[in-house]
Amino acid sequence: MDFAFMQEAFLRLIGGIPLTLNLAFTSIAFGAVFAMLLALMRMSNIKLLDWPAQAYVFVFRGTPLLVQIFLIYYGLGQFRPTLDALGLWGFFREPYWCAVLALTMNTAAYGSEIIRGGLQAVPHHQVEAARACGMSGFLLFRRIIFPIAVRQALPAYGSEIILMVKATSLASVITMMEVTGLAAKMISQTFRAVEVFIVAGAIYLVLNFIITRIIMAIEWWLSPHLRRPPAIEPRLEAAHV
Amino acid sequence: MSNGVSSLSSQTVPAVSITNLRKNFGSLEVLKGVSLKANEGDVISILGASGSGKSTMLRCINMLEVPDGGDVTIGGETIKLKAGRKGMVPADQRQVDRIRSRVAMVFQSFNLWSHMTILENVIEAPVHVQKRPKAECIAEAEELLAKVGIADKRNQYPSHLSGGQQQRAAIARALAMRPDVMLFDEPTSALDPELVGEVLRVMRSLAEEGRTMLVVTHEMGFARDVSNRVVFLHKGVVEEEGPPAEVFGAPKSERFKQFISSHR
Repeated sequence: MDFAFMQEAFLRLIGGIPLTLNLAFTSIAFGAVFAMLLALMRMSNIKLLDWPAQAYVFVFRGTPLLVQIFLIYYGLGQFRPTLDALGLWGFFREPYWCAVLALTMNTAAYGSEIIRGGLQAVPHHQVEAARACGMSGFLLFRRIIFPIAVRQALPAYGSEIILMVKATSLASVITMMEVTGLAAKMISQTFRAVEVFIVAGAIYLVLNFIITRIIMAIEWWLSPHLRRPPAIEPRLEAAHV
Repeated sequence: MSNGVSSLSSQTVPAVSITNLRKNFGSLEVLKGVSLKANEGDVISILGASGSGKSTMLRCINMLEVPDGGDVTIGGETIKLKAGRKGMVPADQRQVDRIRSRVAMVFQSFNLWSHMTILENVIEAPVHVQKRPKAECIAEAEELLAKVGIADKRNQYPSHLSGGQQQRAAIARALAMRPDVMLFDEPTSALDPELVGEVLRVMRSLAEEGRTMLVVTHEMGFARDVSNRVVFLHKGVVEEEGPPAEVFGAPKSERFKQFISSHR
């Protein structure tokens, strides 16, 4: 093991971290909004909304992300005249936006099922109590259903976020120079796959370690009701002295 | 039980009036034409064996169950219903929401919102449904929490409280809406025996204030001593009705006699 070389690889590969995180969080942000929409479509009890959402989830969960990336980046290139006419070619010409699109569509499919699970597990009697107070529609959703669902969905959604960070490595196949892309390039120049990939893997591990800590902190912050109650208040004040 | 101020208006418009209420669950007929009138300040205990339809009747008053037939009138306003795809549905959700914000309900299993503190639970509907100023709601909520004896719990979460404390918090939440009518759906049935008393004491004090209350209960002591009228439901019909002294002293129906003796 050549530690001097690994250090050099490390310094090269950290240059890819901004793009890795950019791809991950852009697609997670768009994907979460889309996932929410899909979950609501599935729970709408309206067949015209439910069925397309079901079909969407089926297709995007059932096919490999790599295949989706190829189809969007190379496949859509065949429809350039049409896309040109629609003014969309500028978007699909960029590998960055193709990668973001594929990752977004993919995470939306998984995320919608996580959100649907969270929404369906909201205790019925708490919703009933809100209705009995005169809440309905968006107010009921915003104040009661959504906050409870988020707390229930967060652990599973945290896993989805970590999966997304790792999935960005697939963007390297369409010329994105994120961490894996830089690693592949470096290997082709040096033929030292083991050292470079160990460094690349370690970088993902550290990134995901930080992300899991952040998710844990959010979970902690959102769930005081699951922790032991604070001690009696006068004693708390005394502790501040 | 009416106090001096409310007895004037109670002559004219009943606080709650239900007429010929019918409700089916599939082929099961739960309510077979029930009528009941509550004047302002009335405390009505609704008794009956399980499956008699007493909870369903109460839940029809605020449309948590939508009746298949009959009318529900709150403070002179009849709730409009229309035929939907699966039975009757409210014709005007805004009317239902408006009426619900004047008819508070206390549930058997408390149903406090788990993600909010006790204080947040109490101010939620006044602030977001009734759109009252938050500072005023907080001040009032703190008074109410003191009144039900859990002022020190205001920043804790429901899961940190005992059942009796949670139910008292739920009563404070109901009171915070300044309701015209309060519905209690077996409020002590989910409590450990030693916690029943603290909830009943709060309910008794509300009755003494002259609040209009409809209480589905198995607590014979409460029905006898606190309410001014008792209604006994059996298989979806009112089998016995009257002031507690009358119905407990000289029950007319055989079913009610059996019911009393089994609950002694």
